[in-house]
Amino acid sequence: MKLAVVGCGAVGRAVCELAGSYGHRVTAIADSTSAAVDEGGLDVETVLDRKAERGTVGSGDREHALAGEYDVLVEATPTTLGDAEPGFFHAERALARDAHVVLANKGPVAERYGDLRAAERDSAGTVLFEATVGGAIPILSTIADLGPEDVTAVRGILNGTANFVLSRMSAEGLDYEHVLAEAQDLGVAETDPTFDVEGTDAALKCVILANVLGDGDVTLDDAQVEGITRLTPSALDLASEDGRTVRLVGEVTDGEDPTVRVGPRLVPEHGTLAVTGTQNIVQLETRHAGQLNLSGRGAGGRATASAVLADVGRLP
Amino acid sequence: MSDASESRSAYTVRLELVDEPGELLRALAPIADNGGNLLSIFHERGSLTPRGHIPVEVDLEATPERFETIVSALREAGVNVIRAGAERYGEELSVVLVGDLVETDLSDTLSRVEQANAAVADVALSAPAGTDEPSSARLRLATETGQRERALDTVRELADEKDLHLVEPLAGGDR
Ligand SMILES: NC(=O)c1ccc[n+]([C@@H]2O[C@H](COP(=O)([O-])OP(=O)(O)OC[C@H]3O[C@@H](n4cnc5c(N)ncnc54)[C@H](OP(=O)(O)O)[C@@H]3O)[C@@H](O)[C@H]2O)c1
Repeated sequence: MKLAVVGCGAVGRAVCELAGSYGHRVTAIADSTSAAVDEGGLDVETVLDRKAERGTVGSGDREHALAGEYDVLVEATPTTLGDAEPGFFHAERALARDAHVVLANKGPVAERYGDLRAAERDSAGTVLFEATVGGAIPILSTIADLGPEDVTAVRGILNGTANFVLSRMSAEGLDYEHVLAEAQDLGVAETDPTFDVEGTDAALKCVILANVLGDGDVTLDDAQVEGITRLTPSALDLASEDGRTVRLVGEVTDGEDPTVRVGPRLVPEHGTLAVTGTQNIVQLETRHAGQLNLSGRGAGGRATASAVLADVGRLP
Repeated sequence: MSDASESRSAYTVRLELVDEPGELLRALAPIADNGGNLLSIFHERGSLTPRGHIPVEVDLEATPERFETIVSALREAGVNVIRAGAERYGEELSVVLVGDLVETDLSDTLSRVEQANAAVADVALSAPAGTDEPSSARLRLATETGQRERALDTVRELADEKDLHLVEPLAGGDR
């Protein structure tokens, strides 16, 4: 397949690097200010070297990439709330010309799921978005295999940064600010960690799950979200005296009107959900298959790119 | 009256007493007065409830009817009954609250939880001294079967009202 990769950050770059080994060609790459396009396939290394040295991928503008030759548009620009732009626009452009869309960007599937599905219905293209929930972990494809109607509830740890902070706090008895600073030094937390520690990122993933399980009209506004910023070492100690620990858990319950809640929860200290570090885990409750637990790397350029490329492989 | 309701069962009652002479005897009087049979009294020296009272656990035997009378009589006599007859409670849940628990009147928080048909089975309080770290409390609540969500709703409302941060159990219990 010919891929147009829009967004050339951690994920976009890794998609470009790995595409060849999955048997695909990258025919366009765009970042916020520039684009490189070659119908016959770009020399990825040269483009990425240029990006590293000069900050741009080429001399064209983004429009060249969107109008270029490709079968699949990989959307890896920053996740935004509300109108989910520019991601939504990119996806819409690709569908309008009957190309497929594979998203790493959570915005369009969390905030404008209905609009995106409508654009997909009018197109010969297909939209897939495995990478948006749980990074490398095959959660959405598992749900698709089971049949969304067989899944009655989903809960999980869907933010590695928050999980790192909580598991360090409880293991070391250190306070929130201290562990967060440490996580920033290690590159586990962003300079502005708000999205992660306030629960927004985990909530977006839960909203996506709710859309997949239900009618598809859920947005972040429908989610009840609380973060981890007010937790203290002594609160974690109290939980631990009781054989429990605290994790930022997202819960999606099924039904006509799925509910989405994210917040710190008491979980058994040595239980399945008490993953440590940046690990993610998702538990699916199913009608016929009991409980399924899926865990692994929820983030990271290459891990996420592997989910993007798995989606490319699933396209019709 | 059926035989079954006449048969005596064992009950545990947890009381909170003010630390004053004669208080224990006064508290126990309604038990004997109403036909209850005292089995044991457990009074842990030196331990205090978060409200600064002395926790006492009393095991007794009574018929179910008499037991109800005893519990009401204790309450009428001004004895703080924390938990009565564990068998009434089919479900338990734990929550952790973080924030200014003392300033926001912990005993009010606890009694309002109890008004919502949940017994506060256990309270652990942690107030780190010498830091500006907020205090936290772990509450173990016992509720009647099916009343778990209702008790949790009450705790949510209280936490909201008092600006306390609530760490809830997982929906449906431990996983
Ligand atoms: N990182 C992960 O582990 C992970 C996991 C799952 C999902 N995701 C999602 O995947 C997406 C990409 O993540 P990332 O970590 O790769 O982000 P990133 O490192 O911040 O990269 C974002 C890229 O998008 C480009 N961009 C911004 N605005 C653009 C526009 N209008 N048109 C074209 N390109 C634009 C940026 O261009 P410049 O280079 O010019 O700034 C940059 O190359 C996000 O939506 C994220 O939520 C990430």
